[in-house]
Amino acid sequence: MTTSGAHSWLLAALLLVPLLGAVVVTALRGNDHTAKLAALAFSVAEFVLAIVSWVNFQPGGDRLQQGFSLTWIPSFGVHISFAVDGIALVMIAVIGLLVPLVIGAGWVDKLPEGRTKGGFFALILLEQALTVGVFAATDVFLFYVLFEIMLIPMYFLIGSYGGARRQYAAVKFFLYSFLGGLIMLASVIGCYSMAVDELGAGTFDWAKLVQVVHDAPLSTQIWLFFGFFIAFAVKAPLVPLHTWLPDATAEAPIGVAVLLVGILDKVGTFGFLRYLLPMFPDASKELAPLVLVLAVAGVVYGSLLATGQRDMKRFLAYVSIAHFGFIALGIFSFSSQSLTGSVTYMVNHSIATGMLILVVGMVIARGGGSTRVADYGGMAKLTPLLGGVLLIAGLSTLSLPGTNSFVSEFLVLIGSFPNAPVYTTIATVGMIFAALYVLWLYQRIMQGPLRGDALLPGVPSAETPGTDGSGAVLTAQAATGTKKIVDLDTREKLVLAPLILLVVGLGLYPKPVLDTVTPTVDATMCQAALVDPVQPAERQVQCR
Amino acid sequence: MNLAAEVHQASGVAGAAWLLLVLPAAGAAVLLLGGRRTDKWGHLLGSATVIAAFVYGVLLFFDTTGQGTEDRLRDLHLFDWIPVNALDVEFGLRLDPLSVTFVLLITGVGSLIHIYSIGYMSHELRDRRRFFAYLNLFVAAMLLLVLGNSFVTLYFGWEGVGLASYLLIGWYQGKDFAATAAKKAFLMNRVGDVGLALAIFLMFKNIGSTQYDVVFDKIGQQSTGVIVAIGVLLLLGACGKSGQFPLQAWLPDAMAGPTPVSALIHAATMVTAGVYLIARSSPLYSLAQAGDARLVVMIIGAITLLLGCIIGCAYDDFKKVLAYSTVSQIGYMILAVGLGPAGYALGILHLLTHGFFKAGLFLGAGSVMHGMNDEGDIRRLGGLARKMPITFITWTLGYLALIGFPFLSGYFSKDAIIEAALAEGGTRGWIFGGIALLGAGLTAFYMTRLLILVFLGKPRWENLKSADGRSYHPHESGPTMTIPMIILAVGSVAAGGVLSGMLPEWLEPAVGKLQEEHGPLSATVVSVLTVVISALGAGIAFLLFGRGEQPVTRPQRVSFPVRAARADLYGNHLNEALISRPGVWLTRFLVFVDNRGVDGLVNGIAAGLGGSSGRLRRLQTGFVRSYALSMLGGSILVIAALLMVRFA
Repeated sequence: MTTSGAHSWLLAALLLVPLLGAVVVTALRGNDHTAKLAALAFSVAEFVLAIVSWVNFQPGGDRLQQGFSLTWIPSFGVHISFAVDGIALVMIAVIGLLVPLVIGAGWVDKLPEGRTKGGFFALILLEQALTVGVFAATDVFLFYVLFEIMLIPMYFLIGSYGGARRQYAAVKFFLYSFLGGLIMLASVIGCYSMAVDELGAGTFDWAKLVQVVHDAPLSTQIWLFFGFFIAFAVKAPLVPLHTWLPDATAEAPIGVAVLLVGILDKVGTFGFLRYLLPMFPDASKELAPLVLVLAVAGVVYGSLLATGQRDMKRFLAYVSIAHFGFIALGIFSFSSQSLTGSVTYMVNHSIATGMLILVVGMVIARGGGSTRVADYGGMAKLTPLLGGVLLIAGLSTLSLPGTNSFVSEFLVLIGSFPNAPVYTTIATVGMIFAALYVLWLYQRIMQGPLRGDALLPGVPSAETPGTDGSGAVLTAQAATGTKKIVDLDTREKLVLAPLILLVVGLGLYPKPVLDTVTPTVDATMCQAALVDPVQPAERQVQCR
Repeated sequence: MNLAAEVHQASGVAGAAWLLLVLPAAGAAVLLLGGRRTDKWGHLLGSATVIAAFVYGVLLFFDTTGQGTEDRLRDLHLFDWIPVNALDVEFGLRLDPLSVTFVLLITGVGSLIHIYSIGYMSHELRDRRRFFAYLNLFVAAMLLLVLGNSFVTLYFGWEGVGLASYLLIGWYQGKDFAATAAKKAFLMNRVGDVGLALAIFLMFKNIGSTQYDVVFDKIGQQSTGVIVAIGVLLLLGACGKSGQFPLQAWLPDAMAGPTPVSALIHAATMVTAGVYLIARSSPLYSLAQAGDARLVVMIIGAITLLLGCIIGCAYDDFKKVLAYSTVSQIGYMILAVGLGPAGYALGILHLLTHGFFKAGLFLGAGSVMHGMNDEGDIRRLGGLARKMPITFITWTLGYLALIGFPFLSGYFSKDAIIEAALAEGGTRGWIFGGIALLGAGLTAFYMTRLLILVFLGKPRWENLKSADGRSYHPHESGPTMTIPMIILAVGSVAAGGVLSGMLPEWLEPAVGKLQEEHGPLSATVVSVLTVVISALGAGIAFLLFGRGEQPVTRPQRVSFPVRAARADLYGNHLNEALISRPGVWLTRFLVFVDNRGVDGLVNGIAAGLGGSSGRLRRLQTGFVRSYALSMLGGSILVIAALLMVRFA
């Protein structure tokens, strides 16, 4: 085993702790309570490790840090090698943040017949280990393998623990991702054979492959680009490869939806940054207009579809599709502001949308499991705190300044504008849609007189809301009626508090994230021979 | 002309200017996080933080006047907010005469309205604390808007006040109309915000910065196209926030919020942010190349001031008439700042005097409604002067100030705008000046109608009951409500005379020297003309409404112009037909397509790819490739297994 740089034990621990956790929790699954506590303990430990890893990361240092490498298949030069750069680091930190919260949020959820909490949480921890591996892998073959294996726990998380149509959704999710991955495999092998031709010996080492591939002729680059691109575009997901996401989100348990949208999907945009830009710079530039069209189409299409959804969980999926459009826009607009914006967007979207999904989950739990928007209305009267946190999550989702998401959306747009003014202008109009769909959802669920089958059986939500003053009477009915709807409890407050803190904290002071990400972005731009359209006044960015 | 004079670093008293943001923000945070525990004293804390901010604002004002004229432009760097290579968005404050003036207006009127709200919200003790939290949040955001030293911090405050406005319009969130009005306000504001955002992007692309000092320093070197584009985009932002044509329709609906909110946010402060934005950007609008952008600003202002007046004549809702009056008066301000160096100071002057009298008029309306079971239909009021003497007197003073009664506030500020518009010269001057004059007459008309129907004539409410079945027992409001009204009334009387002399000189470091042009008519002639036209408007109103019985319900058989005005000159219908309905249809269509078409298409392609890779296998040779294809075969097996599990 060879290590590169200090603190490689940290990364090893980051990979092993959730893996170990999965094993232990599986062993303990007979006792729900112990299993839950063990899962929580492992996930918190992982989060602490992620923070320690961040503290020990030197943004101005080597591109890849805390790395180590083991030989796996010597005859093909395949290694098990991991390391982090600024982008991978922040993503691993976000995973570390979300998993304990997801476990906390799913603490009392009912599971389908015959499933145990232990099994559920063990799969989540396994998924965590695999995603950390995907972000940290520096061997392209290893990346591919993890990229595919990562689907398996998710397949079971959706297919075994999800809603009524879970099997359909799980298979659809699996097929889309898996077929995308296979196309990528062809490209990975293509890169390998180029290395064989060029170096005499094949390698899958990312840094070496970048050197080998990035000078290839444009036509070759384009073919290889597409292989990776389709896999990532399915994952991200870009329109029109997005249709698996609404089904998967709708059928997945709430916590799994958070992981799916918050983390798994980010592998796609992470791939754009780590693989497409450095390895195929010419193809990236050549095909940027295509990606930009898809990105902006995603913003508009996702937003419009979000406003038209009647199901809350499908709504969340379309909101994410719109947001992934912004991320892709930033990446393919090629400025350090837009790229940093996209990476920050990946982080902030996990926090904001993660929070939104969790809060919607809490709404659904109170409404007896109904995910229909029309089954709710005027809920803030019964649960003012829940209304407040839904609004906070919504405001972050619509990128209000002062929330974390504003920083990233602003960076994406202002950074994209110099190179892609038309696309950026269209995406900026998407801001209006964001306000529309968020406030629409908030109004339907929380405002107006109390109504809806989920809250007040027998009082349907009016399609065209009237202006009757009967709310007060209905509140009294609900309080004394068959259903007791209570506001946030301590567990739920504990789950949401860190997210609210981050929404506001990173909105006011995003510098720690920006300072971690920007050097990696600069290095990526150098690899792709990209130059900022707006140059800093005095200093020139140096390639490292 | 180099308006971007040297900017100094703030120190001493001004070095603590962050207190202005932190005080109200901390108040809001304590009240929101403290929950029910703060119910007892929440309103006091909320008011105290804003009063403290006002006291600091006064200190800051004297500190600024203590500097030499050259040294009155100061920046206070707080921290780097969004730094990425060439982009360096600083979180910093700009302390200069313009921002300090706004600080005094916001915290001064804000303090009065906080005090007023203690009484006004006493019917809602359970939620009063949250109301004060939102008011504090608004004050903090509004202060950030005027104090920020870059367009991005301005944008932060800009959307922040939008949020506070959303929360407060939707205060009665159990009512659908309030929730809908709040959403509408936020959305229409966002349309304007897109303009502001795009202006900021253009600045970064062409100038490389969003800080005021750099932008104003280099804006003159840009091409005319860029300058005009930025100017028009900033105006779009101003239209959203300030309820200017074509984004005016949200402001009357915003009256769904409690009346102190209408006074503070939707009359005195937030809705004037557009005027602030244009005055703040004066180094851009003053450029010769920005002439076209300025013309657009003037046109928007003129259209809006007329539109507001016309609709204001037709409404029967006390607060909505005042709302359209606000729309129209802001039209005057926008027209003024559109005049460029001849008008920035005048626009701000009118903004300040309007802040006094319109806040007072709204608080008076609130006082009337507070004593009349929240009745806002002026046809159901009448003869209240004797029941509410303090409200009547203070309201009448505000009314006189608004219609430009000689030597009250509006007389100084509005006349100056009319005069400056005429002095623009040529046909343009006659058109804009004429519209402004006509507006003065219409203003006097609708305001007099309001005065008569509410306070004079016979009490029409005696035999009526309010919507919740109670009969009316009008009474004067308590001292926490009347004292702010009295103070504002004093301001309505005196502010114009006091400020008109010194304000232009005071603002000079920020917006440049006031250029006094001389128009075709002398100042005296314009004054006399304005007073005569206003008197005419008021006289007609007296003839129409002052005599005889007024019906309790609005007459339905009316002429087309009245019907059009009652329907907001069809602004909402237009939005509905052009944007809302096509949007809904498009969305429904796309939802359908997404569920059927896209899914089917992609599934088809996937199936097709699966087939063709089968054919590819026979064409490919070589070790690595067959290895890959054997994995493909394996993966197909996996898929088959998964499918079997599914169907088993």
